Amino acid sequence: MIDAGWISTIMTAARPHAVAALLRHFRDLDLAEEAFQEACVRALKTWPKNGPPRDAAAWLIMVGRNVAIDTLRRRSRLQLLPPEELISDLSDAEAAVADRIDEADYRDDILRLLFICCHPDLPATQQIGLALRIVSGLSVQQIARAFLVSEAAMEQRITRAKGRIADANVPFETPGAAERFERIAAVAAMIYLVFNEGYTTSVAEHGARAALCEEAIRLSRLLLRLFPTEPEIMGLAALLMLQHARAPARFDSQGRVVLLDDQDRTLWNRRLIAEGLALIDKAVRHGRPGPYQVQAAIAALHARASRAEDTDWTEIDLLYGTLERMQPSPIVSLNRAIAVAKVRGPADALAMIEPLASKLGGYFYFHGARGAFLRQLNRIEEARVAFDRAIALANTPAEAAHIREQLDRLAGGGAL
Amino acid sequence: MQYAILCYHDEKVTCAWSKEHDDAVMAKLGVVRERLEREGKLGPVARLLPTTAATTLRKDREPPLVIDGPFAETKEQLLGFYVVDCAGLDEAIEIAKELGAVNPGGAYEIRPVGTFFPGKAAS
Repeated sequence: MIDAGWISTIMTAARPHAVAALLRHFRDLDLAEEAFQEACVRALKTWPKNGPPRDAAAWLIMVGRNVAIDTLRRRSRLQLLPPEELISDLSDAEAAVADRIDEADYRDDILRLLFICCHPDLPATQQIGLALRIVSGLSVQQIARAFLVSEAAMEQRITRAKGRIADANVPFETPGAAERFERIAAVAAMIYLVFNEGYTTSVAEHGARAALCEEAIRLSRLLLRLFPTEPEIMGLAALLMLQHARAPARFDSQGRVVLLDDQDRTLWNRRLIAEGLALIDKAVRHGRPGPYQVQAAIAALHARASRAEDTDWTEIDLLYGTLERMQPSPIVSLNRAIAVAKVRGPADALAMIEPLASKLGGYFYFHGARGAFLRQLNRIEEARVAFDRAIALANTPAEAAHIREQLDRLAGGGAL
Repeated sequence: MQYAILCYHDEKVTCAWSKEHDDAVMAKLGVVRERLEREGKLGPVARLLPTTAATTLRKDREPPLVIDGPFAETKEQLLGFYVVDCAGLDEAIEIAKELGAVNPGGAYEIRPVGTFFPGKAAS
């Protein structure tokens, strides 16, 4: 009646809760992970026989705790394990724990678990690797594939990250309101990193890396369930959903990049869009805007336009203006220039990005956008130079191919 | 007699489904749904977005209070419903069993419908 696939889904869903509670109990990440693994092994033995427990997380915490305590005892003095039935037959105890551990108790535990992964000493790639391993429970092999590195390299990266965390003092006391807010912000940034790691991809790698985007969405939903009234978390989740909804249309059958304007919008994931729009709607009601909400609002304007020409670029320009004030960055200005080109024309857009050259000179998109504006202004030679520069800086073969196509169009008869 | 079959499941689990698994479950449910439709037994069906997208209006005070999230914090959440028109409770239970066989986990609450307005908005 219950197959292994179903059990593994239940375990995946229970994992953040269970590992987080075990971490609080043992204050040791490796021990918490081992305890969870061991509890899963036992679940695979007993659940098919007795049916899954009503509260899988509580069951895994109970069993994991007992097993780990036993391991600790055995390490100190060799002692025999109690029989399997004694450890796994916990129906009464499980119900008691399930009553005691409600979502509010899990909340700070899971936030701590997530927060550990975004320790400021860890470089971004280690933060992401650690979160995917510990919180999401992806195998090292899966993570290595998503990062396009060898399994050994990823194993080493994760081990190193864990070492750094063990050396750092992880705070176990319940955080105060201000501290909790800081943790939420750090965790949100880490989830966004996970998403971007998966979003920056070419079609050949798309399958393996799309998993990162889906994990990031799952983590954002987890965070939102813990803090259901935080508008920025709603904004983050909405942003990821609205962007990922476009994934099926981002590459054509030959693996070439398809720009937003040219995407087949019928391929967009309508359910993700509906959920993203619902969340941004909810967030706006709070009247506490933030960078994630603004970016989600921009993505929402694209999602709402059933044809590219229906896009409300004036509103997008205004929203980018808001974002520039909240979070000044040359990348934001560059994005705004795309909207400006649509609203006020390429000359204004070009004037806007020229001062960014010193900061974005090594950035693929800067030269790609500059080339496009120049081409629209019929400054063909300059456009060619900009596109050549973009190809040299392309991150993926698909990006380079896309720019080469622009060059071909220049060669084949000037502007558009 | 009309019955609402209210679908409860742990959304942490359903949100952890892979797209392939989700598609497979929906396809199997679709087969049952089509049969019910052919037999003229199927009313409105809805799959709801996760409770993180929900808003609750507490109207037991003045002015009413708008809060984020679902009305009740429960281990399983209301994730969708079917309305079926059938001979009686036995048949409604049979239909629920059939749906449950292709979508295990969680629970179906079978509730007789008192008043029913088909509405026109979604059709």
